[in-house]
Amino acid sequence: MNLLAALGAGLQATGGDGPTPIMAQPEITFSAPAQVIFAVTAVVMIYGAFRVVTTKNVVHAALWLMIVLGGVGINYVVLQAEFVAVTQFLVYLGAILVLFLFGIMLTRASMGVSEELDNNLKPVGAVAGLGLLAIIAYALIETFGNDKLTFQAYQGVAGPNSNGRTQAVADTLFSQYLIPFEVLSVLLLVALIGAIVLARKD
Amino acid sequence: MSVARLVDSVGPLAAAVGGDPLLSGEVDLTVVLIVLLKVLVIFVGILVGVILMVWFERKLISDMQNRIGPNRAGPFGLLQTVADGMKLIFKEDLIPEKSDRFVFALAPFLSLVPAFLTFAIVPLAGNFNDDLGGTVEILGHKTFMQLADPQVGILWFLVMSSIAIYGVMLAGWASGSKYPLLGSVRATAQMISYEAALGLSLATVLLLSGTLSTNGIVRAQSGWEWNIWMTGIVPFVIFVIAATAELNRPPFDLVEAEQELVGGFQTEYSSFRFAMFYLAEFLNTVTMSAIIVTLFFGGPAGPTFGLTNWVGVYVLPFVWFFAKMFVFLCMFVAFRATLPRFRYDQVMDLGWKVLIPLALAWFLVLAGVRVAADQGWNALAVIGAGCAGIMAGGGLLLLALKSSQAKRLAADSAAAERSALKQTGGVR
Repeated sequence: MNLLAALGAGLQATGGDGPTPIMAQPEITFSAPAQVIFAVTAVVMIYGAFRVVTTKNVVHAALWLMIVLGGVGINYVVLQAEFVAVTQFLVYLGAILVLFLFGIMLTRASMGVSEELDNNLKPVGAVAGLGLLAIIAYALIETFGNDKLTFQAYQGVAGPNSNGRTQAVADTLFSQYLIPFEVLSVLLLVALIGAIVLARKD
Repeated sequence: MSVARLVDSVGPLAAAVGGDPLLSGEVDLTVVLIVLLKVLVIFVGILVGVILMVWFERKLISDMQNRIGPNRAGPFGLLQTVADGMKLIFKEDLIPEKSDRFVFALAPFLSLVPAFLTFAIVPLAGNFNDDLGGTVEILGHKTFMQLADPQVGILWFLVMSSIAIYGVMLAGWASGSKYPLLGSVRATAQMISYEAALGLSLATVLLLSGTLSTNGIVRAQSGWEWNIWMTGIVPFVIFVIAATAELNRPPFDLVEAEQELVGGFQTEYSSFRFAMFYLAEFLNTVTMSAIIVTLFFGGPAGPTFGLTNWVGVYVLPFVWFFAKMFVFLCMFVAFRATLPRFRYDQVMDLGWKVLIPLALAWFLVLAGVRVAADQGWNALAVIGAGCAGIMAGGGLLLLALKSSQAKRLAADSAAAERSALKQTGGVR
């Protein structure tokens, strides 16, 4: 998925020195609504992410996570990467989070507040979190620096057979990024087999 | 940036997401009104449709069981659903003391809203026969007879059907009671399992159409090239079975198996919240029928007798669409009236061991045929080789299953023997 996300961002990122073959005509932009949507979802997502780790109810934590992941999907829509957005919804909301909840319900399904969700390792967690933030921030600033996103309508949307962007994702995925894609699927297979080995006693 | 400029620039964003020719040009007041009109028509239309569907289902089942069915409220009992709804609204809204109040209130909405939203991508009318491609003209604007035609159209349906799982799951958990929880765990497992088969059988349609947009899928089927025979019927059968399981309708209604689980996930729900679950169930049935028609039966396509006026563009296509959908509504009702409920292990076996492998194998063979057509190979040879390969793979899999089962049985009987020996103190 990170690959997909990177791909979606890469396809949509314009400006700077990067190649911009997809968005040629500059006149139609929607920067203002895009920024409004981004601001709103960013605030909601940050609050949601905060609540994921602070809420004392494990199912509520999962629901807050749902909001965070949904916000990521909305941001992909704003970047006109609908395929990535829908995949985000389908994979994270439709599969991973459902399985989280499913796991919770199969095990304890505790209602109300459970105190044992907390422990005394908060400083360590804070350091780890800040460290991760620093690394990601450095990577983003180093990579994109002063690049500016200009939100221009993707030309060719209006045409009847307009699955251009989805096709572009598929083409890149199955040619340029074929080996990482296959390696990722092997990784998932390993996880699957590992789970079976752990779960089965005989 | 001024507000007017802001409103102006919403257009391209909407065009990027909507994919409808309506939104590709300048977005003025008429366009906004057309979109609002579509929303209103679709919302009211499916709401009325669902009310009639509830009545129709009860009436048809009554006929099948030699009863009369609802016949008091309105002519032929047509207003029975409205009467039931009114009654439910005025009932006391009970919330169990141990429930999680917010999630308990949220769950019915998570069930109902996706059912409505799915309908946004269903092409309801429009002439697909000529080069019109389903476009109609309203007030000088070209548009499709569907609320939105996003590029990722049919994936939207999959997203919504997976969001709907949350409603069932959270309803069961938030009730804070045993039977709803058991019912929701069952439901979730079933819906997740069958979503895989649903997606895989749908993939064959996408393979043939070469597009994800619902308008594109319908257009690809114009001229009687309906996907039901273009994909070779099997994906259609798999889709219908998986859809029935996804809807939690009989014979897959283990979610609310009364003998075992009281009322399943909705046991603790009463009043309007219950009505919402009830509505969502029937709404999903209507939506699923519409999706089946769109995917496999060419949507609103059908003979329009060369008419290009409003009859040929709105009336006839909608009549065809409705007629096809009606067949599936009848089919779902007939399922409910005639089929006994599956046992839980049978449901899981059917989903994982039959439908998913079959859908996957069929998809691979169809992909092989496509490659054969591209490369100029003999299609029959490719199908033969593909089937042989798949059968060999399936045979190996069965062999592995059989040997591991034999091993497990042997281990089980050895363990049983040991424990028997222990109980009798070593005396056989």
